[in-house]
Amino acid sequence: MDFSYSDEQQMLLDSVQKFVQRHYSFDDRKLIIESDTGFSAENWSLFAELGWLTVPFKLEDDGFGALATDLMVLMEEFGKAMVVEPFVPTAVLGGGLVSELGNSQQKADLIPQIMEGQLQLAAGLSEAQSRYNLANVSCTASAAGGNYVLNGKKVVVLNGPAADKIIVSARTSGEQNDEQGISLFLVDAGASGVSKQSYTNIDGHRAAEITLSNVSVTADSLLGELGGAYGTIVSVTDKATLAVCAEAVGALDSLLTKTVEYAKTRKQFGTAIGSFQALQHRMADMFIECQLARSITIMAAMKLDSDDSAQEKSKAVSAAKARVGKAIRKVGQDAVQLHGGIGITEELDVGHFFKRVTAIETLFGNSDFHSTRFAKL
Amino acid sequence: MDAAFTVEELEFQREVQEFLEKDFPKDIRSRVEQRVHLGKEDYVRWQKILHKQGWAAPNWPVEHGGTGWSPVQKYIFAQEMAKVGAMEPVAFGMKMVAPVIYTYGSEEQKQRFLPDILASNVWWCQGYSEPNAGSDLASLKTTAVRDGDHYVVNGTKTWNTLGQYADWIFCLVRTDNTVKKQEGISFLLIDMKTPGIKLSPIYLIDGTPEVNEVYFDNVRVPAENLIGEENKGWTYAKVLLTHERTNIAGVPRSKTRLEKIKALAARTPDGSGGMMSDDPVFSKKIAETEIQVLALEYAELRTLAAVSTGKAPGPESSILKIVGTEATQYLDELFMELAALHSLPYVSEQFQADFEGEMIGEDGAAATALHYFNNRKQSIFGGSNEIQKNIISKAVLGL
Repeated sequence: MDFSYSDEQQMLLDSVQKFVQRHYSFDDRKLIIESDTGFSAENWSLFAELGWLTVPFKLEDDGFGALATDLMVLMEEFGKAMVVEPFVPTAVLGGGLVSELGNSQQKADLIPQIMEGQLQLAAGLSEAQSRYNLANVSCTASAAGGNYVLNGKKVVVLNGPAADKIIVSARTSGEQNDEQGISLFLVDAGASGVSKQSYTNIDGHRAAEITLSNVSVTADSLLGELGGAYGTIVSVTDKATLAVCAEAVGALDSLLTKTVEYAKTRKQFGTAIGSFQALQHRMADMFIECQLARSITIMAAMKLDSDDSAQEKSKAVSAAKARVGKAIRKVGQDAVQLHGGIGITEELDVGHFFKRVTAIETLFGNSDFHSTRFAKL
Repeated sequence: MDAAFTVEELEFQREVQEFLEKDFPKDIRSRVEQRVHLGKEDYVRWQKILHKQGWAAPNWPVEHGGTGWSPVQKYIFAQEMAKVGAMEPVAFGMKMVAPVIYTYGSEEQKQRFLPDILASNVWWCQGYSEPNAGSDLASLKTTAVRDGDHYVVNGTKTWNTLGQYADWIFCLVRTDNTVKKQEGISFLLIDMKTPGIKLSPIYLIDGTPEVNEVYFDNVRVPAENLIGEENKGWTYAKVLLTHERTNIAGVPRSKTRLEKIKALAARTPDGSGGMMSDDPVFSKKIAETEIQVLALEYAELRTLAAVSTGKAPGPESSILKIVGTEATQYLDELFMELAALHSLPYVSEQFQADFEGEMIGEDGAAATALHYFNNRKQSIFGGSNEIQKNIISKAVLGL
């Protein structure tokens, strides 16, 4: 048993903290969100330079090792600063799918570009009717000549607006909810028939509704085996889920710290409000939630790095997401409540942490979805 | 004990239903249903219709334009209004300052202010909280110093809701610094057009400038705008806060929203071929909320019945504030959970009346998180829920 960070992990943590100190104040972040693209190209280059974009990739792909525990360390620090750069969609989801399913040509084409910060990716895996079920795919791909023709609509595609390539799940055989018959395709964002409705999410991250109307892609755009992508879609999404759990752990810690600090300084009735026992217990409860969220996230990260079965890994991730979701409600709501009105204003960072963790609670399946999945696995 | 409606009450219910069906403007109703943002003109138009019917102010005394309804009739009216999504008149004039004016104001003040509140000719806002006086409201520092036949007001008020639309503001101001803090506060009515008043919007996390800071810089207010006696303002305000609390349970609205959630769940796919109404976990959440609202409804009815036998709503009304706001907030969570991924897009422009583009998400899904964020205010304002628990501990339990 060893819960201490490795030297590499400690270095990773230090480098993110240094970056945040120099480049990612709350005001910096605000400007980034308000910019045209919604993230900073300069920061993205820095992410590449600092090696962070290699973290989700395996050693054999010249990556950092693709350890979930490394990813967790990085994401927790991102969470404390509410980093909005599209790390998860490009490097974890998109990069993960290419790394797991790509042939040697596809990997050689794409992975170095991702790690160098030259390529933005998005994964369109959800549809209006699919809720959180990744097997519910009505988008179709039919073979025509040597090509495939894609039709359908993907919703809330993270980093959809900036992505150079979108990885789309489409049905090549089977019924709408079948796990068999789902294929992945690499679609150029500018391909004819691809249309986007782009927007900013409640947490400042960018996303898009992406409609595919008779989008023709070549046969070498197929990622992995025809009809056999479901298992990998799940395992890569699990890793992204773990990533946002770790991000939430960092963000919740920030909420707790800021709330305790505020309670020590805010005076009402002639004394700091932190001297009231009713509020002290609320903050003690928040601390307990933060600790349990952290503990279960570490459990899931270690499980992903183990030799256990895919099912065991999915189960561990669902445990983490369900429990972190519960912590998000409790800590998020109480942080706002203890701050009072100021907690729901744009000017204070607390409300923005609250929005980000609330979004995380929904991303990749909410607590109900994951506790139900946990029970079934 | 009898919880059934009498024949007369049922007749009254039909009358209200017919009126709402006929006179609640269809365009406003459809905007409410689409979660489209309503403008001041919508509120004014609707209140004028209610006023013409004589139903704008069910809680006011008859001599000032009230309806003279029994508590049960008021309850029926509120319920039917909520069923069709008809807005209640904005509370600041109707439910907050008016009771203070008709209870403690002079004859002249009643004649001057009440008719315009009733007809929605004049909009009011509230000047209570200050940056350093929130839960501890009595520590407020905005001063009003007598100078001839005027008061000169200086200070800052905050969490002023909708002040940008208001013509008048009612304020708690300090008129005596030498006594116990509750005993040096006065209740002053101020015309928002008076020189020296500046408004600065505070944006909330749902992106709306719903509240403001209001700065008073040597604002000269005619002394005739003082309500009642100088330094008695805290007593008047406490009465007002009790009114605010009894109206805060929001049972009719919560019941209507529960019905909406059930209808939505029945047409929201669960992702596995069924609908969310078949999902046992979600169904249980709806059922538990419905049971909670039912308990709250009967708690409110018991309070109303007590008031009708002559008792003032007591500290028990704190229960209604706590449970009512929690129910509202929990319903927001259920809407958000139903909306799933489409709770994430921040596309507030599509909930404006003039939006013509393609909607993102169905059934107002993309408004659900915004409502969730915005309604966190409910457990904070009107005396935070922690303050309500202090009231229960002290005034009810004697701790």
